[in-house]
Amino acid sequence: MTPESDMTPAATAGDTISPVDPTPTPVRPPEVPAEPASVPGREVVFNLSGVEIFYGEARAVTDVDLDIARNEISAFIGPSGCGKTTVLRSLNRMHDLTPGARVAGTITYHGEDLYGPKVDAAEVRRRIGMVFQKPNPFPKSIFDNIAYGPRINGVRKRAALEGIVEQALTRAALWGEVKDKLKSSALSLSGGQAQRLCIARALAVDPDVLLMDEPCSALDPIATARIEDLMEELKETLTIVIVTHNMQQAARVSDRTAFYTAEPDEAGRRVGKLVEYDATATIFTKPSDPRTEGYITGRFG
Amino acid sequence: MTQVLDPAPPPPLVGGPRPPGFGVDRVFRVLALLAGLFVLVVLVCIIGVLLDSSLEWLRFEGFGSLFSLEWEPENAKFGAGAMALMTLIVSALALVIAVPISVGIALFVTEIAPRRARLPIVFVIDLLAAIPSVVFGLWMLRQLSKPLSGIYADVHAAVAGVPVLGDLLGDPSASGLSIMTAGIVVGIMITPIVTAITREVFATCPPAQKEASLALGATRWEMIRGAVFPHSRSGVVAAVIIGFGRAVGETIAVALVIGASQRLTGNLLAPGDTLASVVANQFGEASGVWRSALIGFGLVLLVITIVIGIAARSVLRRSNRRLGIV
Repeated sequence: MTPESDMTPAATAGDTISPVDPTPTPVRPPEVPAEPASVPGREVVFNLSGVEIFYGEARAVTDVDLDIARNEISAFIGPSGCGKTTVLRSLNRMHDLTPGARVAGTITYHGEDLYGPKVDAAEVRRRIGMVFQKPNPFPKSIFDNIAYGPRINGVRKRAALEGIVEQALTRAALWGEVKDKLKSSALSLSGGQAQRLCIARALAVDPDVLLMDEPCSALDPIATARIEDLMEELKETLTIVIVTHNMQQAARVSDRTAFYTAEPDEAGRRVGKLVEYDATATIFTKPSDPRTEGYITGRFG
Repeated sequence: MTQVLDPAPPPPLVGGPRPPGFGVDRVFRVLALLAGLFVLVVLVCIIGVLLDSSLEWLRFEGFGSLFSLEWEPENAKFGAGAMALMTLIVSALALVIAVPISVGIALFVTEIAPRRARLPIVFVIDLLAAIPSVVFGLWMLRQLSKPLSGIYADVHAAVAGVPVLGDLLGDPSASGLSIMTAGIVVGIMITPIVTAITREVFATCPPAQKEASLALGATRWEMIRGAVFPHSRSGVVAAVIIGFGRAVGETIAVALVIGASQRLTGNLLAPGDTLASVVANQFGEASGVWRSALIGFGLVLLVITIVIGIAARSVLRRSNRRLGIV
């Protein structure tokens, strides 16, 4: 506990505009009042306040305050090392598995403390699904890949599993392509199909949120377009948070965009931080922070 | 000093000056080839000597003696079958004991133990592998065979009358020296190597697979079952084959605790003898065909190991192909 409280004042100090920045571009007066992190008028799924994430002693990301709204697609963008994936993985407690990783500050999920003492991480991850950068199907059949989640949640009956598998594959727009080869290995699928299989696998446990960590970075443009269409459909029923390196993708699919960057702290180590979070249209047309503008116009990062 | 770019064409690909690493590379290739050939040469020599020395035995009764269950050197009966079967039984017992323990240790070390505790645990287990075979045998003989005979008697009493089990765990030998005792000691002895290999295999399970499982709400055990085991099947089978190879050939410890009875028995609590232990126990007094037969046992052992290895790998290849893992 003590190191956290030691770090917090330092974090606040680093929050002021860093002297490294030589020529501060004239900042457009922010048209949105100083409450960019909130999502007015929408139900909040996640609330992050004062979130800092450490790997051992090293602070990876700091000063993250934002709300994720229900049935929206929120995108995290920013240069490499800015902590966007780190923040994403804190939302379903994937950091629990990394020795030394620690989340400070509070993250609530539908108002409950996600890191509360009585919260079971496995239950958290069942509700908050995740799709990874590289498609990672299990070396099992297509059917068994999708049925994996329902099975560990206690669904045993074959008929019930078949129904869930069909529904999940249909929602992931893969049913038509694989319905005749459910018994073949998932490793025989193409990259784009494998990624949709992973989405179907996540959907099979009927999650409330889907976290997507650069889900299209290993895919070709056609497969990418399919996944993006799919995200549009899925957001009718669930909440999506996506990390992407591809700014066009964020602009195309997301309702809200968070821009992160990495800046040296007082000790000279680069620490990720949230710069700006707003409606995607605002971020890409009239960002309030010059660093955001610099990034989206390609001047750095 | 600034240098003007040389306008001359680059030297030809063939026949030009050789790069400095060229000679070293050639030496390395020759050395590696020799090292590889060395294994083959040794193997061929061993097979040659074994064949040559066991010809007398093979000619004596023909190939039937490979399978004959009768071993009575004093009556000129030199069947390898009984010992071959008991070798398989001891090895199977050893695997039954060693594999679950090894998998457990390997899982503990790779998935559960805190990072700092891993190295010490691995070190202690590897230390087991450095203890000479004879020490295990003497330890079993002196310290454990008596208490074991008590346990055997209780177990036998408990299962008496149960159809198959009652026969497998029949009348125990008074000394505690038995096939079961040999299986236990061999099981302990092969645990380090089986653990080492399974540990390596588990450690290579891609984090992406584990995360995929955990992200679906799997507990740690469900993750191990769903991600680590499927990924590790072929590696664990390899570990079992290697453990089996060790178990089949284990000699001194087995010779000390198995009780030296060459009559085939289905009673695991009775004395027996394996191919290797009978060689150790009788080679000194053997001569003529007897001696030739004992050398022939070495050949039988070699064949058993090779056949089991090939069979296990082909089973594995078939199931891997079904799953689309090349």
